[in-house]
Order: sequence, then C-alpha cells, then structure tokens
Amino acid sequence: MVIAIGFEGSANKLGIGIVHNGVVLSNCRRTYITPPGEGFLPRETAQHHRSLVLAVLSQALREAAVTPEQIDVVCYTKGPGMAPSLQTVAIVARTIAQLWNKPIIGVNHCIGHIEMGRMITGSDNPIVLYVSGGNTQVIAYSRNRYRVFGETIDIAIGNCLDRFARVLKLSNDPSPGYNIEQLAKKGKKFLSLPYVVKGMDVSFSGILSYIEKQSYQLLKSGEYAPEDLCFSLQEVLFAMLVETTERAMAHCGSQEVLIVGGVGCNLRLQEMMETMCHERGAKLFATDERFCIDNGVMIAQAGFEMFRTGNLTKWDETTVTQRYRTDAVEVTWR
Amino acid sequence: MADDGRKCALGYDFKLIKQGAEAKVYKGNYLGRPTIVKERFKKSYRLLDLDNHITKERIKSEARAVLRCKIAGIHTPALYLVDFERRCIYMEDVQNSTTIKDYITQISEEAENEAGTAGSLLMKLYPIAQEIGKVLGKLHANNIIHGDLTSSNMLLVKDEKDTLTIVLIDFGLSHVESSMEDKAVDLYVLQRALMSTHANVDRLFATILDAYMKENKKESHEVLKKFNEVWARGRKRTMVG
Ligand SMILES: Nc1ncnc2c1ncn2[C@@H]1O[C@H](COP(=O)(O)OP(=O)(O)O)[C@@H](O)[C@H]1O
Ligand SMILES: [Mg+2]
Repeated sequence: MVIAIGFEGSANKLGIGIVHNGVVLSNCRRTYITPPGEGFLPRETAQHHRSLVLAVLSQALREAAVTPEQIDVVCYTKGPGMAPSLQTVAIVARTIAQLWNKPIIGVNHCIGHIEMGRMITGSDNPIVLYVSGGNTQVIAYSRNRYRVFGETIDIAIGNCLDRFARVLKLSNDPSPGYNIEQLAKKGKKFLSLPYVVKGMDVSFSGILSYIEKQSYQLLKSGEYAPEDLCFSLQEVLFAMLVETTERAMAHCGSQEVLIVGGVGCNLRLQEMMETMCHERGAKLFATDERFCIDNGVMIAQAGFEMFRTGNLTKWDETTVTQRYRTDAVEVTWR
Repeated sequence: MADDGRKCALGYDFKLIKQGAEAKVYKGNYLGRPTIVKERFKKSYRLLDLDNHITKERIKSEARAVLRCKIAGIHTPALYLVDFERRCIYMEDVQNSTTIKDYITQISEEAENEAGTAGSLLMKLYPIAQEIGKVLGKLHANNIIHGDLTSSNMLLVKDEKDTLTIVLIDFGLSHVESSMEDKAVDLYVLQRALMSTHANVDRLFATILDAYMKENKKESHEVLKKFNEVWARGRKRTMVG
C-alpha cells in the first residue's frame, strides 16, 4: 500500500493532493485570479503560490487524515510550466522530502493529467485529447510512450479562449474559459470563422486574430452579441478538436477517448465528443473540474505509478524545466 | 458500425465495410464495376452549415487531387462519380489491396511468431518503404500535398508476379502547393502517424525518406532542411501546463 502526495503549481493553480493506491484522500486547490482583461504573470503567480502553499499543505494532510510518517513518496511537477511557480512549489516538495526523509519524484505535468484521467474514469487504452491553457495534443499510447499524434501548431486552445475572454473583458473567476462557456450557451447567431485542420494538427492563431479584429465592429453595430461570438468560437474550435481526435481513433483503431486538461471540463466539448463517439460506436471518458483542472492528485497519481515501478528521481535531478514533452517520458508502468 | 447490413442510402448492393477518419466506406457494384463509395456522412457534432461547408471542400479536394495524380502517373483509385447531394464519392475498388498499416502489422506479427529478428522484419518491409518514398517523392514533385499521410491512407497491391504497387487514397485534406514547408509538414505527419502505430519506424521512415529524396531530387535538399526545421519546431513548442 502506497500513499503519495503530489504538488502542482505549473500555472495559476496551486494544488496539493494525496492518493492511496488509486483512492483520492484529499484534493486541495487555490487559483490565482487576475482582474478582467488581464492574464497571470509568472512572478505574481509564484508569489501567490508561495503565500498559500503551507496552508494548503496542512489542509491536504488534515482532509486526508494522514500524518507525514504515513506518506511513502513526495511527488512534484517537474514541468512543463512557468519557471518561477514551478520553482516555488518544487522547493517546498524538496524541503519536505528531506524533512520527512521520503523519496522524491519529479512528474511530467501532462503525464499527470493522463494517468489521473485513466484512474478516475477507468479507461484502459484511450486516445487522449489533452486540452488546457498551454497545451493542445492528441495522444496515443504505443510502446512505452505517450506519443503525440497531433497538436496545435501555434497557440493552445485554452490560450485562445482566454485571450478572447480578455477582448470581451470577461471575468477570470473561476476561469475565463468557464465564462465563455456560459455565454456561449445563450449564443444563437453563428459567425463563420476559419476552420484550420492540417492533417493531425490544428491551428488557432489565425482564428483568434480574425475574431479579435472583427469583434469590435460586429458588437458595436449590434450585428452580433458577445454570446454569439463565444458560441461561434467554441463551435469552430471544438469541431476541429473532435475531428482530429476522430482521425487518431480511426488510424489507431481505438474505441475510447479520454479528455483531460482544464478545457476538458467544458460540457459543450464533452457533448460534441460524445456525439462523435456515438457515431462510431466508441466510448467517451471525461472528468469534471475537480480533476480536469490542474491539481495535486494528478501529480500524486502519476508519481505513484512511477514509484511502484521503481522510477525514483535522483536528488540532483529534482530540478524543474519549462519545456518537457509528453513523449520524452518513458512509461514504465504500462 | 451499427448499421452494417442495413439498407444504406445507396441501396442493398452496397455494404458498409469501414468507418474511416471521416467517412463511411461501402463496397458494392456500380455499372458492373467493383466500387467503393465513400460517404462523408453528416457529423452531427458540427453545426450543419459548418459541416456542409467542410464536407463540400473535402469532396472537391479529393476529386481534384485524384485527377491531378492520374495526370502525374501516381496510382489512385479511378473516380466514377461525385455526388455532392448525398456527400458521396464513387471510386474504383482497388482489388487485392490491404492498407499499409494492416500490412505492417501483419508482417510484424509473423516475424514475432517466427521469432524473427527486427532485422529480418526490416528486410521484408524495405521494398515497401522504398516504394512509398518513391510515390511520395513523385507526389511532391508534382506539388500535390496529401494533407493526411498515414499508413491507413496508402494501399498496397501485390500482383501475381509479386510486383508491389502503392495506391494513395483519402485526399480530403489535400491541396496543390509548391512550398517546401507544406511538403515537409506532409512528411512530418507521416512520421508521427508511423510512430504511434508501428515499431521500428525510425529505420522504416529513414528508408522512405531516402527513396523520397532520390525521386524528388530537385527539391530534396530543401525539403530535408525544412523537414528538420519542422521537426525541431515541434520539439521546441513551449508547453506550459
Ligand atoms: N478505393 C479503395 N479500394 C479499397 N479500399 C479502400 C478504398 N478506399 C478506401 N478504402 C478503405 O477504406 C478506408 C477508409 O477510407 P478513406 O478514404 O481513408 O476514408 P477516411 O477519410 O474516412 O479515412 C481505407 O483505410 C481503406 O482501408
Ligand atoms: Mg483515411
């Protein structure tokens, strides 16, 4: 029986979670929320994490009802992410690993999302759509690696949505993407936007600049409401994602899809994916915001898998890295 | 594929055989010829207008590319009929064909069962990899970008004399373009598609690339340079969680 604690802080969420052989004991999180129209900056985000990390740690231990002695392994996000906030959280993980005299494991953030998605939903060998603020990838598992089958060739889906939310000056609470989703539900009039699928890859930057340029005029003239623009943007972006996911499924002969990452809790995206799956007799696996959005449990879970297959991180390798590809990790537990 | 055997929109003669990346594929007989009908059925996850527009574009691209290939002497199934109304393309059913993907899988399994080495597996795949490279070289020399080069979108035909022919299919994402960038991306798509389905692809892909360079000699240097750039760009893409 293994108890693992995970520390996550690669972007604007600070999360600490504890898992006990695939059972979530606690999942605590704080989000750094910026004023409308503003994104989060590395330095301020790190400051936010620093000021809260100890409080969140004691909360995670308390809710899990475990003592430090009972913990078997300390896991933290090694990357990818923003250096200052990664650093802040890694220092805390390193410190308590030494203090409590526990082994430590540096986890790839994306692998964390995938492993937790698999654990929570019980999906076995899905095509993974990983969609978040910094990432957009279609991933297939093959021969001990999560292989990137398709991805964005420019900005990430979440980044695209966030930046449009800023144009509309939407609130960042709880997240810009959530607020776009709510407005989109009331949208009716479809604005035709570029649709850019290149083989397995997608591109969003052209769509974003197109809608950014048009929106002022369209809104001012009353031709379109903000709701309509959110609706149109979602419909087009998500259709592109569903299409590339389907392409990967057809090629790999897969009958399962797992959606992970912060944008993955968007219910419209889930609904569209579900429709696609239904049309090909496949099954969709998705989770809600507790697990989709960055959290500590995902790091604990991936760390647990690494731990049980003897994949510990050497002390002098417990660094962080801003860039860390999903396919750079050798999967020892599958 | 719940509607297998059900009377499809095309009549009883046609039987659903596959659901590909975007279409349902039926086999049957049209004007006395063995025919494949590729139906880009309505994707109800997409808004109707958007879906109609995309589908029309894809059908057009596919029909155009097939004709262009024909002129260039690249093997593709002959086109019989394009029916925009029903979102269907009727084309030649390539007899005695398997997809390259199925073929590689089959050969790999055989090699495993015979306890063959990776070396003997590669020996078997070598002529096919060469043939693929040659065809792709020709494709690009004619400025045809396929757009979705995977091993599912290439058919292998072996005749009585064991001559190998590669037949390219699925041109929905194709376009005509002379830029090195698009050619390099085409190859990059292929490399990743191979990587996520087949073992030992590094050598396989290297062989394909080699044969490609020989065929598309004039551009080989530039395409390779661009390919390395595209590859490095993929590696470097910042990935913030
Ligand atoms: N002309 C053909 N002859 C034989 N088999 C075909 C032909 N066209 C398609 N197929 C089979 O159907 C599958 C799907 O067709 P494809 O054109 O690739 O559609 P999709 O865009 O849905 O992937 C192919 O992988 C191949 O196995
Ligand atoms: Mg295909």
